[in-house]
Amino acid sequence: MFLEINPLVLPDIGLVFWSTVAFLVLLFVLGKFAWKPIMQAITEREQGIEDALSRADKLKADMSKMASENEALMQKAREERAVMIKEAKEASDKMITEAKDKAKGEYDRILSDAQQAINQQKNAALTEVKNQVGALVIEVSEKILRRELSNKAEQEKYIKELASSVTLN
Amino acid sequence: MMQQSYKLLLTAAFSLFLILFSGVSFANDTTLNKAEEHIVSGKSENKEEFNVTETILEHIGDDHSWHLWGHTTIHLPVIIYSDKGLEFFSSKNLVDEHHQPVVYAGKYNYKLFENKLKVVKVDGTLDEELTKKTWDFSITKNVASLLITVFILLFVFLRVGAAYKKRGVTSAPKGLQSFMEPIILFVRDEVAIPTIGHKYAKYMPFLLTIFFLILLNNFLGLIPFFPGGANVSGNIAFTMTLAVCVFIVVNLSGNKSYWQHIFWMPGMHWSMKLFLAPIELIGVFVKPISLMIRLFANITAGHVLVLSLICLIFIFKTVYASAIAVPFAVFISLIELLVAFLQAFIFTMLTGMYIGMATEEHHHTGDHDPHYNEA
Repeated sequence: MFLEINPLVLPDIGLVFWSTVAFLVLLFVLGKFAWKPIMQAITEREQGIEDALSRADKLKADMSKMASENEALMQKAREERAVMIKEAKEASDKMITEAKDKAKGEYDRILSDAQQAINQQKNAALTEVKNQVGALVIEVSEKILRRELSNKAEQEKYIKELASSVTLN
Repeated sequence: MMQQSYKLLLTAAFSLFLILFSGVSFANDTTLNKAEEHIVSGKSENKEEFNVTETILEHIGDDHSWHLWGHTTIHLPVIIYSDKGLEFFSSKNLVDEHHQPVVYAGKYNYKLFENKLKVVKVDGTLDEELTKKTWDFSITKNVASLLITVFILLFVFLRVGAAYKKRGVTSAPKGLQSFMEPIILFVRDEVAIPTIGHKYAKYMPFLLTIFFLILLNNFLGLIPFFPGGANVSGNIAFTMTLAVCVFIVVNLSGNKSYWQHIFWMPGMHWSMKLFLAPIELIGVFVKPISLMIRLFANITAGHVLVLSLICLIFIFKTVYASAIAVPFAVFISLIELLVAFLQAFIFTMLTGMYIGMATEEHHHTGDHDPHYNEA
């Protein structure tokens, strides 16, 4: 056979046998106790790194989301504050105006009351004055009438005297 | 607890391994010196010329003993299975004190011919018929080297695997673990995922085992002395075994579309289909054969190159030849380092591609694209 020309290309059954044994032993022993745990560990670690990275990315996204949310919240708060200030100002203005109006009304009321009272008093005083004047007139008239009968000159003098003694008001 | 039992198992296995190689001989210096003189004088009488081919073939071939240094040699055990049953003896019995092959009388008479064990007749001539009936399962130099590789791989990767279990996934890898992880990730990210796709996980153990087994054998083959020195990945028997494993895995994982593309190519005229089927069928076998030859040829070629350069010194019979030969040999060795990695990578890559082609899913019928990018 042509293979026997060169001893190099003639496989020995012995080495074939031992190679097979060696390879199968290596394949099964290493496969079970070396390659399996090694590959598992490497895959697990890579998975872990991948997970950690994606987690970090997610966290970053969450953070930025939170930051923008915070910003929005702040904006809203600021707006609310402005609205509140505005409302407060309006309320205070309203209150002031109301107070002013009320004070003015009270003032008017008091004034009108006072005027009324004054008028009343005045009227009462006038009435009294009138009554007194009436009474005086009657008194004077009575006296005049009484004097008239005795002396005309004296009568007139007396009237003058009386008139001067009467001070209206 | 589990880890401890592995260590125990490893220790036991390694002890057994050492016992197998207990036949290390420390020969008597004086007798050997004489013997050497004898051999040298004998050789110089018989053949003047230094036989380069023989030397190189001897170095890249297999052997029943492992020469360490000087006169120290490990005599590896011989295991033979024949119709008379299993036989087990030391290869020390196959050579005399001058390292010349002698006949050993076991259940048959055995003798080494060019480092291969053959059965001989009583008169010492080769008995081809009986040789064909005997199965040589000896622990040869290559087998011993392969077993060393297996122990190193088991030791290293069981430790790495245990480190992952112990240290968990949250802590960074450390020591041996951190050295191996990038290589494992390389096989996964550069080989398995691009070639196989999302189903890669199932084939990772297979690819990793192939990759590291070839890589370590390639590297050990480049070391010129003891733990290395054998030419395992440059031996066709070893590459053939791996190629057969790849063939089995690829064809067992082949899906319907894979077989359809082989036997009845969709989208073609029926005559073209008939024409393509045998070609595709040959391709099924050629793919693993190409893997087998590529690895074998690349590694063997590298070894031959380095040995040839060293042999220049002996051809010119002057020490000055080493001024050229040694730097070149170092240079080629450096390239061989690259080739050692490259070939392990290519073997794994192509295995991944073949698996990828076998498991590829064609979502639309009548996919006429030639898929050039996949082959």
